[in-house]
Parts: sequence; C-alpha cells; structure tokens
Amino acid sequence: MNASARRENRKLLLKLLAFSLGAFGFGYALVPLYQVMCDITGFGNEKRLAERSVINAKPDPSRTITVEFLAQLPTVGNWEFRPLQSSMEIHPGQLYTADFIAKNLTGRDTVAQAVPMMAPTKVAPYFHKTECFCFTPQHFSRGEERELPVRFVVDPAIPADIDRITLAYTFYDETTRVAASR
Amino acid sequence: MIRKALAPIAALAAVTSLFFSQGAHAESGWHLLNMRQGVTAISREIYSLHMLIFWVCVVIGIVVFSVMIWSIVTFRKSKGAVPDTTMVHNTKVEIIWTAIPVAILVAMAVPAAKTLVQIEDTRNTELTIKVTGFQWGWQYDYLENGVRFFSRLERKADAARQLGSGVDPNTIPNYLLDVDNPLVVPAGTKVRLLITAADVIHAWWVPDFGMKKDAIPGFVNEMWFNVDEDKTGIYRGQCTELCGRDHAFMPIVVDVRSKEDFQTWLKATAEAQKQAAAPQPAATAHAG
Amino acid sequence: MAQHAPAAAHAHDDHHDHKPHGWRRWVFATNHKDIGTMYLVFAGIMFFVGGLMAMVIRLELFKPGMQFVDPLLFNSMTTMHALFMIFGAVMPAWTGLANWQIPMQIGAPDMALPRLNNFSFWILPFASAILLLTLLVPGGGPAGGWTLYPPLALQTADAFPMTIFAIHLMGVSSILGSINVIVTIMNMRAPGLSLLRMPLFVWSWLITAYLLIAVMPVLAGAVTMLLTDHYFGTTFFTAAGGGDPVMYQHIFWFFGHPEVYILILPAFGVVSEIIPAFARKPIFGYEAMVYAIASIAFLSFIVWAHHMFTVGMPLAGQIFFMLSTMLIAIPTGVKVFNWSATMWKSSMTFEPPMLFALAFLFLFTIGGFSGLMLAIAPADFQYHDTYFVVAHFHYVLVPGAVFSILGAVYYWLPKWTSKMYDHKLAKVHFWLSAIFVNVLFFPQHFLGLAGMPRRIPDYATQFTDWNMVSSIGAFGFGLSQLLFPYIIWKCVRSGAPAPARAWEGAHGLEWELPSPLPYHTWETPPSAAVIARGAEH
Ligand SMILES: [Cu+2]
Repeated sequence: MNASARRENRKLLLKLLAFSLGAFGFGYALVPLYQVMCDITGFGNEKRLAERSVINAKPDPSRTITVEFLAQLPTVGNWEFRPLQSSMEIHPGQLYTADFIAKNLTGRDTVAQAVPMMAPTKVAPYFHKTECFCFTPQHFSRGEERELPVRFVVDPAIPADIDRITLAYTFYDETTRVAASR
Repeated sequence: MIRKALAPIAALAAVTSLFFSQGAHAESGWHLLNMRQGVTAISREIYSLHMLIFWVCVVIGIVVFSVMIWSIVTFRKSKGAVPDTTMVHNTKVEIIWTAIPVAILVAMAVPAAKTLVQIEDTRNTELTIKVTGFQWGWQYDYLENGVRFFSRLERKADAARQLGSGVDPNTIPNYLLDVDNPLVVPAGTKVRLLITAADVIHAWWVPDFGMKKDAIPGFVNEMWFNVDEDKTGIYRGQCTELCGRDHAFMPIVVDVRSKEDFQTWLKATAEAQKQAAAPQPAATAHAG
Repeated sequence: MAQHAPAAAHAHDDHHDHKPHGWRRWVFATNHKDIGTMYLVFAGIMFFVGGLMAMVIRLELFKPGMQFVDPLLFNSMTTMHALFMIFGAVMPAWTGLANWQIPMQIGAPDMALPRLNNFSFWILPFASAILLLTLLVPGGGPAGGWTLYPPLALQTADAFPMTIFAIHLMGVSSILGSINVIVTIMNMRAPGLSLLRMPLFVWSWLITAYLLIAVMPVLAGAVTMLLTDHYFGTTFFTAAGGGDPVMYQHIFWFFGHPEVYILILPAFGVVSEIIPAFARKPIFGYEAMVYAIASIAFLSFIVWAHHMFTVGMPLAGQIFFMLSTMLIAIPTGVKVFNWSATMWKSSMTFEPPMLFALAFLFLFTIGGFSGLMLAIAPADFQYHDTYFVVAHFHYVLVPGAVFSILGAVYYWLPKWTSKMYDHKLAKVHFWLSAIFVNVLFFPQHFLGLAGMPRRIPDYATQFTDWNMVSSIGAFGFGLSQLLFPYIIWKCVRSGAPAPARAWEGAHGLEWELPSPLPYHTWETPPSAAVIARGAEH
C-alpha cells in the first residue's frame, strides 16, 4: 500500500470514528428527544405533571369526568400516604382541589418527593396543575402528619373518549429514593 | 397437517417420556398446539387475527415452498438440467412479487388496527382494580371498596419447586398456576386494571383474556377485560416479564363469578378485612 | 504492503511469501487471513460456550420441577447464552468471514487497516473472559436478560460493572472491525471493480458495517447510562428521580433491532453467493438484492418499538410500529423470491454448502412468517414474551445466521486450506443439524401459543411433552455440532488437494487465485479481464 492510499484510509478511518462517536452522542440525545416525544404524545414519565401551569379555560358543565386518586409507596421505607378522597366527579375547565395525607413514620426528619403519573397516559397534556405538593421536595419532621393539596384543571379540549382519569403519586423519601435506584 | 407431519417426532418423544418421567402426567400436553380463543370478545378477535395471519402465511408458504421444491426436484444437474444463464432479471415479475405482498399486508393491517382501536377504548368501565407486581407476587386493590390482598404462589407448589425437593410436580394440581388468594372479578363487566409495580418490571397476563400489560415501577398502565356473562370459572396466567430469581413463580389466577356472587364475595371480604385489621394505614408499604 | 510493523521484527516478511512463525504470527498478526482464522476459531469456541449454556437451559427444562440449577443461575444462563452467541459467536464469525473474503473478493492485498484489525480482534478474548468470569463473582453472573432492562439489571451484584465493561469492549471491537470493512471496501477495491459489480457478500457486509457503527455506540450509551444510574447517582431510568425505565427500552431497541439485522444481513450475502454457485446460474435480480438489503437496513431504524407493544404505548405509536414492521416483509420477500428464481431453470448439485443454503431458505422463511405474525400488534399481546418469540428468533438466528455461517465455511474452506473436506461427514453434519434444529425449535411455537412464558426455569405440567421434545432436539443439535470442528480438523490434516476453483459453478475473484493459496494475495490487483470473469454475477 503506498503512502497516499494509506493517507486516504486514515482519513476515512477518522471520519468513521467521528461518525461512531456522534452515534454515541446520539444515544444520549435520545434522552431529551424522548422527553419531547413524551410531551407531544403525553406518554412516558409525565414531566409536565410536575410543573406548574396556568390555564384560562371556560368550564364545560356538560361533561363529567371521574378523576381517581392513587397513593403509592416504594417497597422500602416507612410512611403513611393516602388520598383523602378516592375519586371526584369533575367538569373540564373548572378548578378543583384534592388532598392527600402523608405521615412520616421513619423516626427522623426527612425530605420527601412525590412523583406523579397518570393513566391513561394520553391525558397528561390536558391535565393542568396550578398548585401541587409534587412541585417541590417536602420537608417532614419526625412523626409529622400533613395534608398535601393539589389544585388542578382539566383542559376542555380533552379527547371525547375519556371518561376516567387516574392520578397517582409515588412518595419517595431520601432512603427509598436511593434504595429504588439500586 | 402439522399434526400429521409431527406424528413421528411426537411418537419418539412419547416413548422417551415413558423412560424419563416419574409417574403419569397430570394431563397430556400433546394437544396444546394453538392459541386459545379465550373468554372475552377481544380475545376472540385476537384469535381470529392470529388464525388469519397464520393461514396467509400457510398459503404463501405453500406457494413459495412448492416453487423451491419443484426446482430442487426438477432442475438437477444429475437429471441433465441445463441452466438458463440469461435469466437474471425480469421487471414485470419483480413488480408483481412486490405488489402482491403489499396488498396482503394492507389487508392484514386494517382489521389489526381496528382491533387495536377497540382495545384502547377504555370508556364505561365498571370496576377498577389496582394490580401491583412485586418480587415475587401480586397485590390486588379494589379501589372503590377498600379490599386489598396479596396473591402468591400456592404453598404446596412453592415447596415442590425448590431445587431438589423430591416432590413430583405432577402430583400437585395446577402446579405453578395456583395462588393462595385469586383475583375475583364479576363476569359480564368491563373491569379496568391499573397495573403498576413496586420494584422491577413485571407483566400481567391471562391468556384467556387476550391481553398482556407490563407492570412498570413509576408508571400506571391501564388495561381492561370483559369476560362473557356465561364464562364464569377459574382462569390462569403468569408473570411474563423477567423479574428476577422467582419470575417463574408468580402466577396469576382469576376467579370469574357471576355479578351476584361477586358482590357477595366483595362484601364479605371487605367486612372480614375491616375486622381483621385495626385501623390500617392506607398505603403503608408492604415491606418485602 | 500494509503491514510495516514499527518494530520491524517481521517486516522482512513483507513481499515474501513465508510467514512469521510461532506465537508471534498470531499475537502480532496483521495478515487478513490469519486474523480471519483467529476470528473464526474464536467464534467457534464461543459457539460451544454459548451452546453449553443452552444445554444447561434445556436440561433444566427437560421436565417440570427444579432439578439441576438454581433459578438465578438459570437466569444467568439465558442471559449469557444470548450475550455469548450474539457478541461472541455470530458477530465475530461474520467479521472473520469478512476478513478472509472481502480482500480476496475485491482484489485487495489486505484489509485497509491491518494493525487496527489486530487490535479489534485481540480485544475480544479479554471481553469474553471478563463476561465468563462473572459466573464466579459473588452474586453470580448477569441474570436480568441480555436486554439488561432496568430496574432489574440494576439489581445485578458485582457482575454488573464487569458485564457492562465486557459489552463496551465487544462493542469497540465490532465497531473497529466494521470501520475496517468499510475503509477496505471503499478504498481498496481493484481498479475497475465498481460498487455495483461487487459480490453480494461484500455488499451485505458494507451495509451491515454502516448499520453497526450507527447503532453499536447507542448501546454503549445506554449501558453507560445504566452504569451511572447504578454507581454515580444519575436517574436516567429510575422513576424515583424523575427517570423512566421505559426510555431504556426505547434506546436499547433502537440499537437492538438493527442489531438483529447485523446478525442476519451477511447471511443474505452468503446465501446469495452459494446458491448461484451450485445452481450454475447468476443470481436473479442482483440490483434488487442490493436495494432490498439497503431497505431492510433503513427500515430497521424505525421499527424498534415492536419489541415493546406491551409497555403501554399510545395507539398511534402501536399502529405506526405495526405498519413499519410489516413493511419489512416486502424487501425480505423480494430476497426469498429472487433466491427461488435463481434456482428456477438452473442446474443444481447438492454439496454441503448448498444444503445449508437451502435449509436457510426454507427455515429462515418460516422464521419470517412468525415474524410477520408477531408484527400484528393485537396478536403480539398474546405472543409477547412467550416461547413463540423464542421459536421465532431462533428460527431466524440458528437455521438463519448459524446455518449460513456453517455453509460459508463449507463453501470457502477448500479455498482457505486448498484441501477438500469429507463431503460425506459434512452431509451427515448437515442432516443431523437440519433435523434436530426443527425438533428443537418447532415445538416451541406450540409452547408459546399454549401460554408458556419465556425465561422461566420451571413450568406447569401440561407443557412437559413439548419441552421434552425440544430438549431432545437441543441435545441432538448440540452433539451434532461436534462434528464440525472434527471435519475441519480432518480437512486441514489430511484433506485431498482441492483445485483453485473448488466448485464447478463458483464465480468471484477469490476463485481466480491459485491453490495452495499464497499468504499474500492480490499484491498486484487483478486485471480487467480477471475482474470481468470473476465479477459476473
Ligand atoms: Cu414478575
């Protein structure tokens, strides 16, 4: 192989190496891309459910939707966590408040974070929260019991085939969060 | 056809199994060849899609394999066949054998998409049960009624399945397909399951209901089924997503009862649970 | 010449036909033939390692009840069987065949980057050793499935970082190997050998190599995220920290589906070489074959989520992935029809390579049919994660990829060794393999449809009968494969001399080379006349 051929080969080698490095980066780029997809379709871990949103919609009293509330805890840890009402009948466009109750039985001061999720997943883009205990980590002193409110509006543009929404929270404190990631 | 073709193999295996198995089988499995039709409208629809695509494949297979076998038998050098080396390309034929599959696929895709739309129609459900998979069992939670319980592999089977237990699984009825507390649901009712998991991913599957859904920690998946009014009985399934050491040992059993029987069961169970438990924390984690 | 080693220890060998001797020839190998041999021998060893694991699996599944292994060890067996077969056996076997064949088939003196070639091979034994050693560390080997889905994969004990490291190394090796293939094909073709005159094996590898360097790094990214989730507190895939375990599955299958084609596309190439040779007739629709491979490769990027219909996708997603998956049947059908048309009005003989190619044709098609069934999303809700899926991908990968590798070796072995192997024994090998592979995998369709989930060490008693049949098939298939190394060993030791064109109907530049095959070939590129003779399809 002569020198110029070898140079050509090296050039192509570097190009292809750069290409695979780019593919490696693309693997990571799939993470934000996936979030974008989730925002569009409502599927996936509903990031937007943990964000405050504002909505000025006209209430639509002609439609009634059942909203169910679920409280979950990871397998490890020691908490009490439940919704005060198991479900509500709501009209789209109207503001409602639902309350959850949490009690710290861990025997120490701790910080907990609620992670929301929703079924069916496609309703996530239409479910807006103006206030939620899941927006920020919650501080609990030892043995403290507290009501945790969530205020929400369901967008009247929600697809007509939806008659039931489930809003679920999983409650992680520092220990369970670490344990859950193990 | 398949049965016939496999007869010699089956016979061979049957003879071998006589040598190897201890005791008689609880039930023979030779007849288990195809998907079940199941007991819901959706499961029957899936079954007919399955049979449709199966027969499409069989027909294509017969045509393609016939051509191949014909070639193998006819165009042999030993029979003096002379190759037609000019035959390298034929646009007309190539267009035809691209177009025909396209048509078949479209014909397949339409009914399949229709079934998907039906499956995704979650309106008008009458009963919601939360299903939580954990390592290794299921928890069922009748949200409106406060009834909740764990469902684990039945004890005798659990003892028999231990390595070197010495117990012949054939002596245990419904080995690995029986639980201590089955899920009880009413027939003729659109039952909605909210499926999630506590630790790793599991999947909830009862073949007779035609549906399978992953139970994913941090997600709530939705799935529904509606068992025919006259199909009360026991239906069995298993976890179908690898979930660790005892993945094979977390069966699902559903006891489908008439609406009245179900209500009676629900009331009795709710009452019993209330009495059994002092004021119970609503969602205290089941320490696993 | 390419191999000017800086140490010059064996630089004097260049331009001569005698080769370096002893261990140096292999450790410092830069000759494509030597490296090809090492890849193939390595792949063969890994095939038996992975096969042994399969035997453990089938032994435990011979009858219900736990007889031999702990469930966790069983899970490691299924996990590692897949990893060894995919990354240890099939992929290196293809790279070995590429090393041997591509330079000879395109009239190049060697691979374009010989020292890189050496490096990418020698990574492999270390990677496999690390993976194998995980069986000895506390907590056992990886047992969460080769797909390494979190959160389950994150429960792996000490084996976890070793597994990830081994996958990284195997990934790097295959990426470098593929880059070498691309550079060789793009830059080293003999003058006058245009892309559309290349043999189909070379074409299939060119497309495979591009596919591989596009997706293997994505896998590397995914497993790196797993690693940082496990040890460095990131939460890409843990819901507790706002991550998403399903996202892993999307990223994994974005790699995983093209990976399936990385395993099978070179098989298409091999079959497209063997069938025309023994049909004594050019391949039908050469260009259509090239475009079909290219379209399959393209489609492989947009079908990934058909592996995860049950995760709870939006309806539109389910329909999209169902349709895109069904589309794959079209170029695949074109290939099968073209192979059939090649046999039409031909003049066939049935030497061992042809037998394996024909078995590929029939059995791969069966795997294609079950693939089409799996594409139907509603039906997949029933098939998913059952033995039906196991049957499907084993039909595609064993009588598909593995048979074509065996066929390729039987086809080119007389060229490599200049000796002919024992046809009778090779035919026995073929018939045993072809019969047992069906006894092994066909009943698994029944098991899956009857409701047996995959990846379970124990099952309900009604599944006993077909599991026994399947296990008997497995033992038969495994034992039959022992013939293969024996046939090769016997050929190398005492095979009768084979002519330069070992098969009457074989075309291609490799058959224009003399036998015994010189250590260095095509140091002067083939002439236009030789190319014209060799490159007629
Ligand atoms: Cu499970």
